[in-house]
Amino acid sequence: MTPLAQLLEAALFSAARPVTVEELQTLDQEASLADVRAALEQLREHYDFDGHAVEVVELAGGYQILTRRAFAAAIEQAQLSVRIPKLTGAALETLAVISYRQPVGRAEVEDIRGVSAGGVLRTLQERGLIEVVGRSEAMGRPLLYGTTSLFLETLGLRDLAELPQADEFTVALQPPRPPMAAEGEEDAAASVPAES
Amino acid sequence: MTASAAPPTTALGAEPGFVVQLDAFAGPLDLLLHLLREEEIDIADIPIARIADQFLSVIHDLGLNQAADYLEMAGRLLRLKAQTLLPRRSEEEGWEDPRHELVRRLLEYQLIREIASWLDKSSERRAGQFARGYLPPPPELPPQPLAIDLLQLLQAVEKVISEISVPVLHRVVPRPLDVEGATKRIEALLEERGEIGWLDALGPERGIAHVLSTLLALLELAKRGTLHLFQRAAFAPMVISRDAPRPAA
Repeated sequence: MTPLAQLLEAALFSAARPVTVEELQTLDQEASLADVRAALEQLREHYDFDGHAVEVVELAGGYQILTRRAFAAAIEQAQLSVRIPKLTGAALETLAVISYRQPVGRAEVEDIRGVSAGGVLRTLQERGLIEVVGRSEAMGRPLLYGTTSLFLETLGLRDLAELPQADEFTVALQPPRPPMAAEGEEDAAASVPAES
Repeated sequence: MTASAAPPTTALGAEPGFVVQLDAFAGPLDLLLHLLREEEIDIADIPIARIADQFLSVIHDLGLNQAADYLEMAGRLLRLKAQTLLPRRSEEEGWEDPRHELVRRLLEYQLIREIASWLDKSSERRAGQFARGYLPPPPELPPQPLAIDLLQLLQAVEKVISEISVPVLHRVVPRPLDVEGATKRIEALLEERGEIGWLDALGPERGIAHVLSTLLALLELAKRGTLHLFQRAAFAPMVISRDAPRPAA
């Protein structure tokens, strides 16, 4: 491995969170972003081809060294490490709405899920999975929520673009609600056959 | 769905009974989707009357707090039921299937459910990998370590010390005043000389008790008229005299 790859290995090993390429670049003044990426690739290959039990994973916009899945059961059984706590159904549904509709207010979350969302929004905020990203211009200027980088980290995503596109699901995503009148007219034409 | 040993909460006697654990549902939309699946109903053509009755029977036993999220949907279903039961002229212009909004919400919710389960799988996958040790995120970054040299440190110490106010402590000690002794001394002096100064009266001893004793003795003697205290000019030394001062000194 090159000295730069070794330096990155040390940095990733010591970090408790994914580290971005930009952060890694600051370790070596003479290295360009491309150098850092190349060294990361070298480190990744080193782990892959030399049969290491850890791998370099691209996560939440950065890189992190994680154990390979094959050892999950053993590590958990030995209670060597704490598993990321599982998310409840309500939390997952709320995250689903926020991750696709962000920035989004509480009212819209509640409208889509059909239940009140105050408690689960607070819990998600406490766990650092969502954050307040602004205020709506609507009446009362309600808070708008968005997902955090910890959300990506917890779900093992590189970025939000990695979320599946709506057309990959069996149900097509409905476009954001058009004005009620327009919606009614379109629908009348669509759902009532002309000859009936 | 549990076995129907318990009396089923049916709305209509002819319908198969639903015994539903409501806790298992994430909300009214979830419950509705469940009912539709059970009945194998096409979401685009919901028999509102039947579903509304089933929905009501399921939430019937709920306490009001628990049912709060479900009541709004119950009301919506009942209105839809009424609308669909009303006769309508098929050629009527602008007629809208009243179920449309419900279908849209159900489809949207179903999509959210699918995304949620995708997220669940994704987080499950991530949970199978461990980072190096578990570290709770630091609540706040610790302050930067100090970078100062010895001189700066000493200056800082000096500044701190200079700002400490000296505590003012009084120890009250009774001191013996010897007014009588002073009186005798002054009278003896005035026997010899008709006029003395303050320092003469004070004598060689300069302790605070001695000064006070002398002052008190002078004042007392002046009050009795044994001697006279005066100044020859403003700010001039005090003169202690046996006789009254001569005017126009």
